Formats: sequence, C-alpha cells, structure tokens
Amino acid sequence: MDNKLLKILGLFGAGILIGSVNGFFGGGGGMICVPLLLTLGLSSKKAHATAILTMLPISIASSVVYYSYGAVDWSIFLFLCIGSVLGGIIGAFVLKKLSNEALSFIFSILMIGVGIRMCF
Amino acid sequence: MWIFYVLAGVLSGIIGGMGMGGGTLLIPILTIFFALDQHLSQALNLLVFIPTGIISVIIHAKNKMLDFKSFFYIIIPAIVSSILLSMISNGVRSETLKIIFGIFLAVLGVILFIISIINHYKNKKLTKKLGV
Repeated sequence: MDNKLLKILGLFGAGILIGSVNGFFGGGGGMICVPLLLTLGLSSKKAHATAILTMLPISIASSVVYYSYGAVDWSIFLFLCIGSVLGGIIGAFVLKKLSNEALSFIFSILMIGVGIRMCF
Repeated sequence: MWIFYVLAGVLSGIIGGMGMGGGTLLIPILTIFFALDQHLSQALNLLVFIPTGIISVIIHAKNKMLDFKSFFYIIIPAIVSSILLSMISNGVRSETLKIIFGIFLAVLGVILFIISIINHYKNKKLTKKLGV
C-alpha cells in the first residue's frame, strides 16, 4: 500500500473516531482530533486550526440530534456563550504568557479528579 | 444565578482558547455545580462551541492555517458517526451516561498526564544539550 492511500485511510479512520467521541460525549472531539492530525503529519498550528474546522460541522450535526431528543434551555445557552467568547479571548492571550507544560500537567490532574467524581 | 453561568462560560472559554478542550471542562461543571442533566449539559456544550468555532475558523482561514485536503477526508465519516453516536447517546440513561463520561474524562486525564511528564523530560534533555 502506498503512502498516500495510507494517509487517506488514516484520515477516514480519524474522522470516524472523532465523530463518535464528540457525538456520544457531546464534546472532547477536539482533544483527540489535534493529536491525530499531528500524527498524520500536519504542523502544530495547522492541526489546531483544522481541528476547529472539523469540530464545527460535527458539533452542528450533533446539536440538531440532541435538540430533537430534548428541549434546550436557551437562556442558559446565552449566558454560557457570552462567558465562553470572553474566556476564549482571555485564553488566547494567556496562552502566550504561561508555560504550556505546567498547564497541561495541572489540567490532566483536574481531569482525573473530576472524572472520578462523576462516577459517584 | 445567570452570573455563574457566565463565569462557567468564561472558565471553559479560557481553557478552550488555550487549546485544551473547553468542553471537557464545561460538561462536568454543568452537571456537578449546576446539577443539570447529563444530556442537557452535553447539548449545551455542543451549542456553545458553534459561535466561538465560527469566529476561530474565520480567523484561521484568513491566516491560511486550514488544511482543506485533510478536512475533506475526515469530515464525511465524522459527520455520519457523530449523528449515529449522538442518537445512541440519547438512548442511554442520563445517570449511566454521566458515569461513562467520568471514565472517559479520567482516561483522557491519565493520557494527558503521561504525555506532559514525557514532554517535561524531553525538554529537560533538550535544554541540557543546548547548554541553556
């Protein structure tokens, strides 16, 4: 099998995995999309940007399904959106100042703790 | 109450803006602190991503950072599987889904923990080599 076909198959498989995770859990697809794109040879910046491009139509598709199963509280949505846009701007600036290494270390411990908490 | 929702949004936005998965944080915040239903939290997280995602994509497109070739191959299987798994997820009981989500989060956390430890030692070696 040549390299090009292997890459296409890899991208196809990555798509199935990302879509499945994001659909089932309603999030988290981006966290696996970036490392997968990096493995498939994209540069770090391009992998992050393309991950967001990929997550957008998937999130829209999943939103429609979730919405069809149950009502969404639009006032909560509005407040979360206002905060999230604000936080996104702050995060983009903070990123340049803080060490990424220390942050992912702290974040990983937080994820383990919160994950265990959700099981009980 | 609304101010706390804005704060939750800010927190997940900061994490998301740093490229570390804001959604993986927003969903547990909504279920643990606001006692929202797991399905509703997941739906809200999907919806909240859309406006921020659109803004980010426009900025990245302007900077020519999007790899449309990779996107083309990923997107079709991704949309099909996301619709399918969204339907399956909505068939699972909320309490069960919450537990599965918790396990998923903890596993991702362990992977991220290992990666950050490996990167730490790699960088240490590199700084030693460079004599900085």
